Amino acid sequence: MTARISRLRAAFVAILCLTVSACGYNTIPTYEEQAKAKWADVQNNYQRRADLIPNLVNTVQGYAKQEKDVLTAVVEARAKATQVKIDASQLTDPDKLKQFQDAQTQLSGALGRLLAVSENYPDLKSNQNFLALQSQLEGTENRIAVARRDYIEAVRVYNTTLKTFPGLLWASTVFRSNKPMAEFAAAENAQTPPQVKF
Amino acid sequence: MTVGRFCFFSMGRPAHPLVVLVALMWASLAVCAANFPVLTGRVVDEANILSAETRTAVTSKLAELEMKSGIQLVVATVVSLQGQEIEPYANELFRTWKLGEKAKNNGVLLLVAPNQRRVRIEVGYGLEGTLTDALSKVIIANAIAPRFKTGDFNGGVSRGVDDIITVLTTDASEWQQRPSLRVDSQPPPDWMRWLLIAVMIALGTLFIVSPGFRWFFLNVALNILLNPGVSRGGGRASSGGGFSGDGGFSGGGGSSGGGGASGSW
Repeated sequence: MTARISRLRAAFVAILCLTVSACGYNTIPTYEEQAKAKWADVQNNYQRRADLIPNLVNTVQGYAKQEKDVLTAVVEARAKATQVKIDASQLTDPDKLKQFQDAQTQLSGALGRLLAVSENYPDLKSNQNFLALQSQLEGTENRIAVARRDYIEAVRVYNTTLKTFPGLLWASTVFRSNKPMAEFAAAENAQTPPQVKF
Repeated sequence: MTVGRFCFFSMGRPAHPLVVLVALMWASLAVCAANFPVLTGRVVDEANILSAETRTAVTSKLAELEMKSGIQLVVATVVSLQGQEIEPYANELFRTWKLGEKAKNNGVLLLVAPNQRRVRIEVGYGLEGTLTDALSKVIIANAIAPRFKTGDFNGGVSRGVDDIITVLTTDASEWQQRPSLRVDSQPPPDWMRWLLIAVMIALGTLFIVSPGFRWFFLNVALNILLNPGVSRGGGRASSGGGFSGDGGFSGGGGSSGGGGASGSW
Protein backbone atom coordinates (compact mmCIF):
# COMPACT_ATOMS: atom_id res chain seq x y z
CA MET A 1 0.00 0.00 0.00
CA THR A 2 2.69 2.49 0.96
CA ALA A 3 4.71 1.47 -2.06
CA ARG A 4 1.72 2.25 -4.22
CA ILE A 5 1.31 5.67 -2.68
CA SER A 6 4.97 6.57 -3.05
CA ARG A 7 4.84 5.47 -6.67
CA LEU A 8 1.82 7.67 -7.20
CA ARG A 9 3.63 10.53 -5.54
CA ALA A 10 6.65 10.10 -7.79
CA ALA A 11 4.42 10.12 -10.82
CA PHE A 12 2.70 13.23 -9.55
CA VAL A 13 5.99 15.07 -9.08
CA ALA A 14 7.15 14.04 -12.54
CA ILE A 15 3.92 15.28 -14.07
CA LEU A 16 4.13 18.53 -12.10
CA CYS A 17 7.64 19.19 -13.37
CA LEU A 18 6.62 18.59 -16.97
CA THR A 19 3.50 20.71 -16.62
CA VAL A 20 5.40 23.60 -15.06
CA SER A 21 7.99 23.62 -17.82
CA ALA A 22 5.27 23.40 -20.45
CA CYS A 23 3.23 26.22 -18.92
CA GLY A 24 5.79 28.84 -19.77
CA TYR A 25 8.14 28.73 -16.83
CA ASN A 26 11.01 28.77 -19.32
CA THR A 27 9.57 31.48 -21.52
CA ILE A 28 10.69 34.51 -19.53
CA PRO A 29 14.35 33.49 -19.13
CA THR A 30 14.46 32.36 -22.77
CA TYR A 31 13.17 35.64 -24.14
CA GLU A 32 15.36 37.56 -21.73
CA GLU A 33 18.46 35.78 -22.97
CA GLN A 34 17.39 36.29 -26.57
CA ALA A 35 16.98 40.02 -26.04
CA LYS A 36 20.36 40.19 -24.34
CA ALA A 37 21.96 38.35 -27.24
CA LYS A 38 20.38 40.78 -29.67
CA TRP A 39 21.75 43.63 -27.62
CA ALA A 40 25.20 42.11 -27.87
CA ASP A 41 24.74 42.18 -31.65
CA VAL A 42 23.82 45.85 -31.56
CA GLN A 43 26.82 46.69 -29.44
CA ASN A 44 29.15 44.58 -31.61
CA ASN A 45 28.09 46.38 -34.74
CA TYR A 46 28.60 49.78 -33.17
CA GLN A 47 32.02 48.58 -32.04
CA ARG A 48 32.77 47.45 -35.55
CA ARG A 49 31.96 50.91 -36.81
CA ALA A 50 34.22 52.45 -34.17
CA ASP A 51 37.01 50.10 -35.27
CA LEU A 52 36.75 51.27 -38.86
CA ILE A 53 37.08 54.94 -37.99
CA PRO A 54 40.83 55.32 -37.22
CA ASN A 55 41.67 53.83 -40.61
CA LEU A 56 39.15 56.09 -42.33
CA VAL A 57 40.44 59.17 -40.56
CA ASN A 58 44.02 58.32 -41.54
CA THR A 59 43.07 57.86 -45.17
CA VAL A 60 41.14 61.11 -45.34
CA GLN A 61 43.93 62.93 -43.54
CA GLY A 62 46.35 62.01 -46.28
CA TYR A 63 44.28 63.91 -48.86
CA ALA A 64 42.43 66.56 -46.89
CA LYS A 65 44.65 67.84 -44.11
CA GLN A 66 42.90 71.19 -44.05
CA GLU A 67 39.64 69.65 -42.85
CA LYS A 68 41.05 69.55 -39.35
CA ASP A 69 37.80 70.50 -37.59
CA VAL A 70 35.77 67.73 -39.16
CA LEU A 71 38.46 65.15 -38.52
CA THR A 72 38.88 66.13 -34.86
CA ALA A 73 35.12 66.07 -34.38
CA VAL A 74 35.03 62.46 -35.62
CA VAL A 75 37.92 61.39 -33.41
CA GLU A 76 36.36 63.02 -30.35
CA ALA A 77 32.90 61.65 -31.01
CA ARG A 78 34.40 58.19 -31.44
CA ALA A 79 36.28 58.44 -28.15
CA LYS A 80 33.12 59.47 -26.38
CA ALA A 81 31.01 56.77 -28.03
CA THR A 82 33.40 53.95 -27.16
CA GLN A 83 33.33 55.00 -23.52
CA VAL A 84 29.62 54.39 -23.14
CA LYS A 85 29.17 50.65 -22.80
CA ILE A 86 26.04 48.93 -21.58
CA ASP A 87 26.23 45.46 -20.17
CA ALA A 88 23.24 43.18 -20.25
CA SER A 89 22.09 43.95 -16.70
CA GLN A 90 21.72 47.66 -17.49
CA LEU A 91 19.24 47.18 -20.30
CA THR A 92 16.35 48.01 -18.01
CA ASP A 93 17.73 51.49 -17.38
CA PRO A 94 16.28 54.01 -19.87
CA ASP A 95 18.75 56.77 -18.92
CA LYS A 96 21.76 54.61 -19.61
CA LEU A 97 20.31 53.55 -22.92
CA LYS A 98 19.63 57.13 -23.89
CA GLN A 99 23.20 58.05 -23.04
CA PHE A 100 24.45 55.30 -25.34
CA GLN A 101 22.09 56.36 -28.05
CA ASP A 102 23.11 60.02 -27.84
CA ALA A 103 26.81 59.23 -28.03
CA GLN A 104 26.30 57.03 -31.10
CA THR A 105 24.05 59.59 -32.78
CA GLN A 106 26.72 62.20 -32.30
CA LEU A 107 29.27 59.93 -33.91
CA SER A 108 26.89 59.28 -36.82
CA GLY A 109 26.58 63.03 -37.37
CA ALA A 110 30.33 63.61 -37.30
CA LEU A 111 30.87 60.71 -39.71
CA GLY A 112 28.23 62.03 -42.04
CA ARG A 113 30.00 65.40 -42.18
CA LEU A 114 33.32 63.72 -42.83
CA LEU A 115 31.91 61.77 -45.76
CA ALA A 116 30.20 64.87 -47.12
CA VAL A 117 33.47 66.78 -46.98
CA SER A 118 35.28 63.93 -48.73
CA GLU A 119 33.15 64.61 -51.78
CA ASN A 120 35.29 67.67 -52.49
CA TYR A 121 38.48 65.68 -52.99
CA PRO A 122 38.49 63.78 -56.29
CA ASP A 123 41.82 62.09 -55.49
CA LEU A 124 40.45 60.82 -52.21
CA LYS A 125 37.25 59.62 -53.83
CA SER A 126 39.17 57.47 -56.27
CA ASN A 127 41.52 56.05 -53.64
CA GLN A 128 41.00 52.27 -53.48
CA ASN A 129 41.50 52.13 -49.74
CA PHE A 130 38.95 54.86 -49.22
CA LEU A 131 36.44 53.12 -51.47
CA ALA A 132 36.82 49.86 -49.57
CA LEU A 133 36.46 51.65 -46.24
CA GLN A 134 33.41 53.45 -47.50
CA SER A 135 31.68 50.24 -48.50
CA GLN A 136 32.59 48.64 -45.19
CA LEU A 137 31.21 51.62 -43.33
CA GLU A 138 28.06 51.51 -45.41
CA GLY A 139 27.67 47.80 -44.68
CA THR A 140 28.24 48.35 -40.99
CA GLU A 141 25.61 51.07 -40.84
CA ASN A 142 23.20 48.68 -42.46
CA ARG A 143 24.09 45.93 -39.99
CA ILE A 144 23.53 48.37 -37.16
CA ALA A 145 20.08 49.13 -38.53
CA VAL A 146 19.24 45.42 -38.79
CA ALA A 147 20.62 44.63 -35.32
CA ARG A 148 18.66 47.49 -33.81
CA ARG A 149 15.47 46.32 -35.46
CA ASP A 150 16.05 42.80 -34.16
CA TYR A 151 16.76 44.08 -30.67
CA ILE A 152 13.65 46.26 -30.61
CA GLU A 153 11.59 43.25 -31.68
CA ALA A 154 13.19 40.98 -29.05
CA VAL A 155 12.49 43.55 -26.32
CA ARG A 156 8.91 43.86 -27.50
CA VAL A 157 8.43 40.10 -27.25
CA TYR A 158 10.07 39.95 -23.83
CA ASN A 159 8.13 42.89 -22.40
CA THR A 160 4.87 41.52 -23.79
CA THR A 161 5.55 38.17 -22.15
CA LEU A 162 6.01 39.88 -18.80
CA LYS A 163 2.67 41.62 -19.16
CA THR A 164 0.46 38.90 -20.63
CA PHE A 165 -0.85 35.51 -19.55
CA PRO A 166 0.71 33.06 -18.74
CA GLY A 167 4.00 34.94 -18.41
CA LEU A 168 2.32 37.42 -16.09
CA LEU A 169 1.85 34.68 -13.48
CA TRP A 170 5.52 33.80 -13.50
CA ALA A 171 6.58 37.45 -13.65
CA SER A 172 4.59 38.24 -10.51
CA THR A 173 5.80 35.19 -8.59
CA VAL A 174 9.05 33.47 -9.43
CA PHE A 175 10.58 36.14 -11.68
CA ARG A 176 9.74 39.15 -9.55
CA SER A 177 13.16 40.67 -10.19
CA ASN A 178 12.67 40.66 -13.97
CA LYS A 179 11.86 44.18 -15.10
CA PRO A 180 10.77 45.18 -18.58
CA MET A 181 13.66 46.33 -20.75
CA ALA A 182 13.85 49.95 -21.82
CA GLU A 183 12.51 50.67 -25.28
CA PHE A 184 15.20 51.60 -27.74
CA ALA A 185 13.63 54.62 -29.37
CA ALA A 186 14.49 55.06 -33.00
CA ALA A 187 16.30 58.38 -33.31
CA GLU A 188 15.41 60.37 -36.39
CA ASN A 189 18.88 60.28 -37.90
CA ALA A 190 20.26 57.08 -36.49
CA GLN A 191 18.01 54.88 -38.59
CA THR A 192 19.12 56.22 -41.95
CA PRO A 193 22.75 55.46 -42.66
CA PRO A 194 24.88 58.41 -43.75
CA GLN A 195 24.42 58.70 -47.46
CA VAL A 196 27.47 57.47 -49.30
CA LYS A 197 27.26 58.36 -52.94
CA PHE A 198 29.57 57.21 -55.66
CA MET B 1 -8.20 36.34 -53.20
CA THR B 2 -9.44 38.48 -50.33
CA VAL B 3 -12.32 39.76 -52.39
CA GLY B 4 -13.39 36.20 -53.00
CA ARG B 5 -13.41 35.54 -49.29
CA PHE B 6 -15.74 38.47 -48.70
CA CYS B 7 -18.12 37.29 -51.38
CA PHE B 8 -18.23 33.93 -49.69
CA PHE B 9 -19.29 35.53 -46.44
CA SER B 10 -21.84 37.95 -47.83
CA MET B 11 -23.66 35.35 -49.87
CA GLY B 12 -26.78 33.88 -48.32
CA ARG B 13 -27.79 35.21 -44.91
CA PRO B 14 -26.24 38.42 -43.58
CA ALA B 15 -22.93 37.79 -41.86
CA HIS B 16 -22.49 38.24 -38.16
CA PRO B 17 -20.41 41.38 -37.39
CA LEU B 18 -17.88 39.26 -35.49
CA VAL B 19 -17.43 37.00 -38.48
CA VAL B 20 -16.85 40.04 -40.67
CA LEU B 21 -14.30 41.37 -38.20
CA VAL B 22 -12.41 38.10 -38.12
CA ALA B 23 -12.53 37.89 -41.89
CA LEU B 24 -11.19 41.44 -42.11
CA MET B 25 -8.32 40.54 -39.81
CA TRP B 26 -7.44 37.52 -41.90
CA ALA B 27 -7.75 39.58 -45.05
CA SER B 28 -5.35 42.21 -43.73
CA LEU B 29 -2.98 39.43 -42.72
CA ALA B 30 -3.14 38.01 -46.22
CA VAL B 31 -2.42 41.44 -47.69
CA CYS B 32 0.58 41.91 -45.39
CA ALA B 33 2.01 38.54 -46.26
CA ALA B 34 1.48 39.09 -49.95
CA ASN B 35 4.06 41.87 -50.07
CA PHE B 36 6.89 39.57 -51.04
CA PRO B 37 7.08 37.54 -54.22
CA VAL B 38 6.91 33.78 -53.82
CA LEU B 39 10.13 31.79 -53.93
CA THR B 40 9.32 29.78 -57.03
CA GLY B 41 12.86 28.88 -58.04
CA ARG B 42 16.44 30.03 -58.01
CA VAL B 43 15.56 32.91 -60.30
CA VAL B 44 12.42 34.83 -59.37
CA ASP B 45 11.89 37.31 -62.18
CA GLU B 46 8.88 39.22 -60.94
CA ALA B 47 9.83 42.37 -62.84
CA ASN B 48 10.17 40.31 -66.03
CA ILE B 49 13.46 41.77 -67.19
CA LEU B 50 15.32 38.56 -67.97
CA SER B 51 15.10 36.45 -71.08
CA ALA B 52 14.12 32.79 -70.88
CA GLU B 53 17.64 31.69 -71.90
CA THR B 54 19.26 33.74 -69.16
CA ARG B 55 16.85 32.38 -66.61
CA THR B 56 17.64 28.78 -67.56
CA ALA B 57 21.37 29.36 -67.78
CA VAL B 58 21.57 31.17 -64.43
CA THR B 59 19.31 28.62 -62.74
CA SER B 60 21.56 25.73 -63.76
CA LYS B 61 24.64 27.63 -62.58
CA LEU B 62 23.00 28.26 -59.22
CA ALA B 63 21.91 24.64 -58.88
CA GLU B 64 25.46 23.53 -59.57
CA LEU B 65 26.75 25.94 -56.94
CA GLU B 66 24.41 24.54 -54.32
CA MET B 67 25.28 20.98 -55.22
CA LYS B 68 28.99 21.64 -54.91
CA SER B 69 29.07 23.89 -51.88
CA GLY B 70 25.65 23.95 -50.26
CA ILE B 71 25.41 27.69 -50.85
CA GLN B 72 21.97 28.93 -51.86
CA LEU B 73 22.26 31.89 -54.18
CA VAL B 74 18.98 33.29 -55.44
CA VAL B 75 18.35 36.03 -57.99
CA ALA B 76 15.23 38.13 -57.56
CA THR B 77 13.85 41.02 -59.54
CA VAL B 78 10.94 42.95 -58.06
CA VAL B 79 8.49 45.44 -59.48
CA SER B 80 8.34 47.53 -56.32
CA LEU B 81 10.18 47.84 -53.02
CA GLN B 82 6.90 48.63 -51.22
CA GLY B 83 8.10 52.16 -50.56
CA GLN B 84 11.12 50.97 -48.58
CA GLU B 85 14.82 51.44 -49.13
CA ILE B 86 16.41 48.44 -50.81
CA GLU B 87 18.46 47.49 -47.73
CA PRO B 88 15.61 46.72 -45.29
CA TYR B 89 13.54 45.21 -48.11
CA ALA B 90 16.34 42.86 -49.14
CA ASN B 91 16.93 41.83 -45.54
CA GLU B 92 13.27 41.06 -44.93
CA LEU B 93 12.95 39.19 -48.21
CA PHE B 94 16.06 37.17 -47.35
CA ARG B 95 14.63 36.27 -43.97
CA THR B 96 11.23 35.45 -45.42
CA TRP B 97 12.79 33.09 -47.92
CA LYS B 98 15.26 31.75 -45.35
CA LEU B 99 18.06 31.30 -47.86
CA GLY B 100 20.94 29.01 -46.94
CA GLU B 101 21.18 26.19 -44.45
CA LYS B 102 19.90 26.94 -40.99
CA ALA B 103 23.10 25.97 -39.22
CA LYS B 104 25.43 27.66 -41.71
CA ASN B 105 23.40 30.65 -42.87
CA ASN B 106 25.10 30.28 -46.23
CA GLY B 107 22.64 32.09 -48.48
CA VAL B 108 23.07 35.01 -50.86
CA LEU B 109 20.38 37.13 -52.49
CA LEU B 110 20.94 39.23 -55.58
CA LEU B 111 18.03 41.64 -55.65
CA VAL B 112 17.26 43.93 -58.58
CA ALA B 113 14.62 46.66 -58.46
CA PRO B 114 14.62 48.01 -62.04
CA ASN B 115 11.96 50.65 -61.40
CA GLN B 116 13.90 52.13 -58.52
CA ARG B 117 17.20 51.57 -60.37
CA ARG B 118 18.63 49.87 -57.29
CA VAL B 119 20.48 46.61 -56.89
CA ARG B 120 21.69 44.82 -53.76
CA ILE B 121 23.71 41.77 -52.83
CA GLU B 122 22.46 40.58 -49.45
CA VAL B 123 24.82 38.12 -47.78
CA GLY B 124 23.87 35.59 -45.10
CA TYR B 125 25.69 35.60 -41.75
CA GLY B 126 27.80 32.58 -42.64
CA LEU B 127 29.27 34.07 -45.84
CA GLU B 128 30.05 37.56 -44.59
CA GLY B 129 33.71 36.66 -44.24
CA THR B 130 33.98 35.40 -47.81
CA LEU B 131 31.71 37.68 -49.80
CA THR B 132 32.57 40.85 -47.89
CA ASP B 133 30.85 44.20 -48.18
CA ALA B 134 33.78 45.60 -50.15
CA LEU B 135 33.79 42.67 -52.60
CA SER B 136 30.02 42.90 -53.04
CA LYS B 137 30.40 46.58 -53.80
CA VAL B 138 33.11 45.89 -56.36
CA ILE B 139 30.92 43.28 -58.09
CA ILE B 140 28.03 45.71 -58.27
CA ALA B 141 30.18 48.60 -59.45
CA ASN B 142 32.16 46.65 -62.05
CA ALA B 143 30.02 43.78 -63.29
CA ILE B 144 26.42 44.80 -62.73
CA ALA B 145 25.82 48.55 -62.72
CA PRO B 146 27.59 49.40 -66.02
CA ARG B 147 25.56 46.77 -67.90
CA PHE B 148 22.31 47.81 -66.26
CA LYS B 149 23.07 51.38 -67.30
CA THR B 150 22.94 50.35 -70.94
CA GLY B 151 19.74 48.38 -70.33
CA ASP B 152 21.49 45.01 -70.52
CA PHE B 153 19.81 43.27 -67.58
CA ASN B 154 20.59 39.77 -68.88
CA GLY B 155 24.29 40.51 -69.16
CA GLY B 156 24.44 42.28 -65.82
CA VAL B 157 22.72 39.51 -63.92
CA SER B 158 24.71 36.67 -65.55
CA ARG B 159 27.99 38.47 -65.07
CA GLY B 160 27.11 39.42 -61.47
CA VAL B 161 26.17 35.82 -60.67
CA ASP B 162 29.41 34.57 -62.26
CA ASP B 163 31.47 36.96 -60.16
CA ILE B 164 29.64 36.10 -56.94
CA ILE B 165 30.18 32.40 -57.62
CA THR B 166 33.86 33.03 -58.31
CA VAL B 167 34.27 34.85 -55.01
CA LEU B 168 32.36 32.17 -53.13
CA THR B 169 34.20 29.21 -54.58
CA THR B 170 37.81 30.38 -54.84
CA ASP B 171 38.62 29.96 -51.19
CA ALA B 172 36.33 27.01 -50.71
CA SER B 173 38.63 25.28 -48.25
CA GLU B 174 38.37 28.22 -45.92
CA TRP B 175 34.63 28.54 -45.60
CA GLN B 176 34.08 24.82 -45.44
CA GLN B 177 36.14 24.61 -42.30
CA ARG B 178 34.62 27.65 -40.72
CA PRO B 179 32.33 26.65 -37.86
CA SER B 180 28.76 27.76 -38.22
CA LEU B 181 28.80 31.33 -37.11
CA ARG B 182 25.47 31.54 -35.52
CA VAL B 183 22.50 29.39 -34.69
CA ASP B 184 19.53 31.47 -33.76
CA SER B 185 17.52 29.45 -31.32
CA GLN B 186 13.83 29.83 -31.80
CA PRO B 187 11.12 28.89 -29.34
CA PRO B 188 8.55 26.39 -30.64
CA PRO B 189 5.28 27.86 -31.93
CA ASP B 190 2.51 28.50 -29.43
CA TRP B 191 0.09 25.78 -30.53
CA MET B 192 2.80 23.18 -30.13
CA ARG B 193 3.24 24.15 -26.49
CA TRP B 194 -0.47 23.89 -25.78
CA LEU B 195 -0.64 20.56 -27.56
CA LEU B 196 2.22 19.35 -25.41
CA ILE B 197 0.45 20.46 -22.25
CA ALA B 198 -2.75 18.70 -23.31
CA VAL B 199 -0.89 15.48 -24.07
CA MET B 200 0.98 15.69 -20.76
CA ILE B 201 -2.21 16.14 -18.78
CA ALA B 202 -3.97 13.35 -20.66
CA LEU B 203 -1.08 10.94 -20.14
CA GLY B 204 -0.77 11.97 -16.49
CA THR B 205 -4.45 11.39 -15.84
CA LEU B 206 -4.35 8.02 -17.58
CA PHE B 207 -1.28 7.07 -15.58
CA ILE B 208 -3.03 7.83 -12.32
CA VAL B 209 -6.47 6.50 -13.16
CA SER B 210 -5.83 3.31 -15.11
CA PRO B 211 -3.62 0.50 -13.79
CA GLY B 212 -3.63 -1.01 -17.26
CA PHE B 213 -2.02 2.09 -18.74
CA ARG B 214 0.58 2.17 -15.95
CA TRP B 215 1.51 -1.40 -16.77
CA PHE B 216 1.65 -0.61 -20.47
CA PHE B 217 3.73 2.53 -19.89
CA LEU B 218 6.26 0.76 -17.68
CA ASN B 219 6.52 -2.07 -20.19
CA VAL B 220 7.24 0.32 -23.03
CA ALA B 221 9.76 2.24 -20.94
CA LEU B 222 11.54 -0.97 -19.94
CA ASN B 223 11.56 -2.13 -23.54
CA ILE B 224 13.16 1.07 -24.73
CA LEU B 225 15.75 0.94 -21.97
CA LEU B 226 16.65 -2.68 -22.58
CA ASN B 227 16.76 -2.72 -26.40
CA PRO B 228 18.00 0.70 -27.39
CA GLY B 229 18.78 -0.34 -30.96
CA VAL B 230 15.35 -1.52 -32.00
CA SER B 231 12.98 1.32 -31.40
CA ARG B 232 15.29 4.22 -32.19
CA GLY B 233 15.82 3.83 -35.90
CA GLY B 234 15.95 6.57 -38.46
CA GLY B 235 17.16 9.59 -36.63
CA ARG B 236 16.43 13.09 -37.74
CA ALA B 237 16.77 14.17 -41.32
CA SER B 238 18.98 17.22 -41.61
CA SER B 239 17.24 20.42 -42.60
CA GLY B 240 20.01 21.57 -44.89
CA GLY B 241 19.96 22.44 -48.54
CA GLY B 242 16.31 22.83 -49.09
CA PHE B 243 16.33 21.67 -52.68
CA SER B 244 14.01 18.73 -52.79
CA GLY B 245 14.21 16.86 -56.05
CA ASP B 246 12.09 18.19 -58.90
CA GLY B 247 9.21 19.06 -56.60
CA GLY B 248 10.15 22.61 -55.77
CA PHE B 249 12.64 24.95 -54.31
CA SER B 250 12.68 26.38 -50.82
CA GLY B 251 15.02 28.06 -48.42
CA GLY B 252 16.87 25.99 -45.85
CA GLY B 253 16.29 28.23 -42.83
CA GLY B 254 19.24 30.62 -43.11
CA SER B 255 19.28 34.23 -42.00
CA SER B 256 21.09 37.45 -42.78
CA GLY B 257 22.11 40.39 -40.65
CA GLY B 258 22.45 42.99 -43.37
CA GLY B 259 25.81 42.06 -44.85
CA GLY B 260 26.55 42.90 -48.47
CA ALA B 261 26.33 46.05 -50.51
CA SER B 262 23.90 48.04 -52.62
CA GLY B 263 24.27 50.23 -55.64
CA SER B 264 22.32 52.14 -58.23
CA TRP B 265 22.73 52.85 -61.90
